[in-house]
Parts: sequence; structure tokens; C-alpha cells
Amino acid sequence: MIKWWKITAALLILYTLVWGMLTPVPHLNILYETIRNLFYHVPIWFAMLFQMGLSVVFAIKHLSKNDIQSDMISNQAAQTGLFFALPGLLTGCMWAKFTWGTWWTFEDPKLNGVAIAVLIYLAYFILRSSIDDEQKRARIAAVYNIFAFVMMFVFIMILPRLTDSLHPGNGGNPAFGKYDLDNNMRLVFYPAVIGWVLLSLWILDIKKRLTFLTHAKNEA
Amino acid sequence: MQKMKHKISLLLASLLLPFIGLAQEMSSEPQMADAFRSDGKIYVVIAVISIVFICLIGYLIYIDMKLKKLENRK
Repeated sequence: MIKWWKITAALLILYTLVWGMLTPVPHLNILYETIRNLFYHVPIWFAMLFQMGLSVVFAIKHLSKNDIQSDMISNQAAQTGLFFALPGLLTGCMWAKFTWGTWWTFEDPKLNGVAIAVLIYLAYFILRSSIDDEQKRARIAAVYNIFAFVMMFVFIMILPRLTDSLHPGNGGNPAFGKYDLDNNMRLVFYPAVIGWVLLSLWILDIKKRLTFLTHAKNEA
Repeated sequence: MQKMKHKISLLLASLLLPFIGLAQEMSSEPQMADAFRSDGKIYVVIAVISIVFICLIGYLIYIDMKLKKLENRK
């Protein structure tokens, strides 16, 4: 049967889809009702960061244990993470158009950082596909993965905080401060984060099992 | 004769006018499923989003089960 945490993921997200539309939210200029995008846009990025984190953890595990399974999971997690960047970017563009007035702006360090991070991970897949030997590919990919994760973290989480950014929680002020999130929104936002992280885990679980099956079939 | 006609038309008018008013009132009344029509019909949007998401999850479950069958075969 389907595991309990998968059902939890579905129920949590369903709850945020319904209650996220209905819950009272602060009335803010410019944002108006789009403040509800917080429940849908931000958790997607949390799921992406979570997958990239998993990817680097399994890369390190591969380097220490030298097992090919960890490398496969690491690869699949990076793929899942990159997939989540797509709806993250698209919803961000949509939100930006109707609040900041533009689909994309290079004025914002967070947007630049995300663009660079996506390119870094695309390079990871190109690197993987260019090496035929399984062991060699796994090791080089794992080392690059550590580099990629650190760079992504610097570009998305650190640099935007050092300069001015249009994103809340950057340019000095802490994210999720009392001005950004009231208690009504917390009741939706935190379940949304957990729900989307679990959903990304579900997708990774399916991709991982599929990869193992394919690998076993190729070995036989 | 002319007077009679006037009287009948007045009588008819006095009998029918209240019903015309009632008919107007009825047409301005909202139809059934009032809860789904309140708040600018936002509940319809929520229902649509929920259906889309439930379908997606159903598909994920289907893939998951199919994969499990494959795993159990060997």
C-alpha cells in the first residue's frame, strides 16, 4: 500500500490549496491578494533546496562508502530539485509581473543567484553524461556536486542578504519576521512547506526505484 | 361600454401587477448552491484547484503501485 507520509504530503498540500485561498491575510499595498502566493511559490523553492541538500548528502555518502546506489540517488535528487526550480521560476515570474511590474529583473540578486544556480546544476548533468565509466562518473559527479551545492547556497541564501533585494527577508532584514508573516499565514505556510518537501520526496522515491529497476535489468 | 373596458383593465392590472413585481423579485434572487456562489465564487476556483491536485495525486499513486508490481515480479 501507499506509505503514510505520501498520503500526508497529499493531504497537507490539499489543505493549503483550500485554506490558503480562504484564510484572512494582512492587507498590504501592491501585494493585495497575491500575498497568498507565499503558500505556493515559496514551498516549491524549499522543496528544491531540500532535494539539492539530499543530493549533496548522498554524494558525500558515495565518496565515503563508494557504493553506486548513493550516486544514483544523488543524481535523481538533483534532477528532482532542478525540476522544482521550473515551477518555482514560473510562479516567481508571474508574481513579479503583477507586483514589481516585470517578469524578470537583473536588479534583484536573488533572481540572478537562482539563474546561476540552475546553470551550475545543468553543468552537473552535462558532466555526468560526458563520462562513460560508472565508477569514475560517480566520483567526479560527487565532487562537483559538493561544489555545486555550496555555490548554490552562496548565490541563493547568502549573497542576496548582503545587498538590497526586492525579496522579503533579504538586504539585511530577516525572513519570516513579524512583518512578513502573521499567525494566520503561518498556519498555512508551514504545512505547505512540509507538504511540498514530502511530495518532492515521493517523486524522488519513484525515480529512485525506477533507476534501481533499470540498473538491475541492465546488469542481468 | 368604454367605461366597462376601463374597469376590467384596471381590475386585471391590479390583480397582475403584484405578480410582475414578484416575478422580478424572483429573477433577482440568486439560484441554487448559494455557498458556492458567495464571495465572488472563489469556492468554485478552490474546487477546480482541488480536483486538479487530486487527479495528479491519483496518478502518482497509480505510478507508485505499478512500480511496486514491477519490483515484486523478480
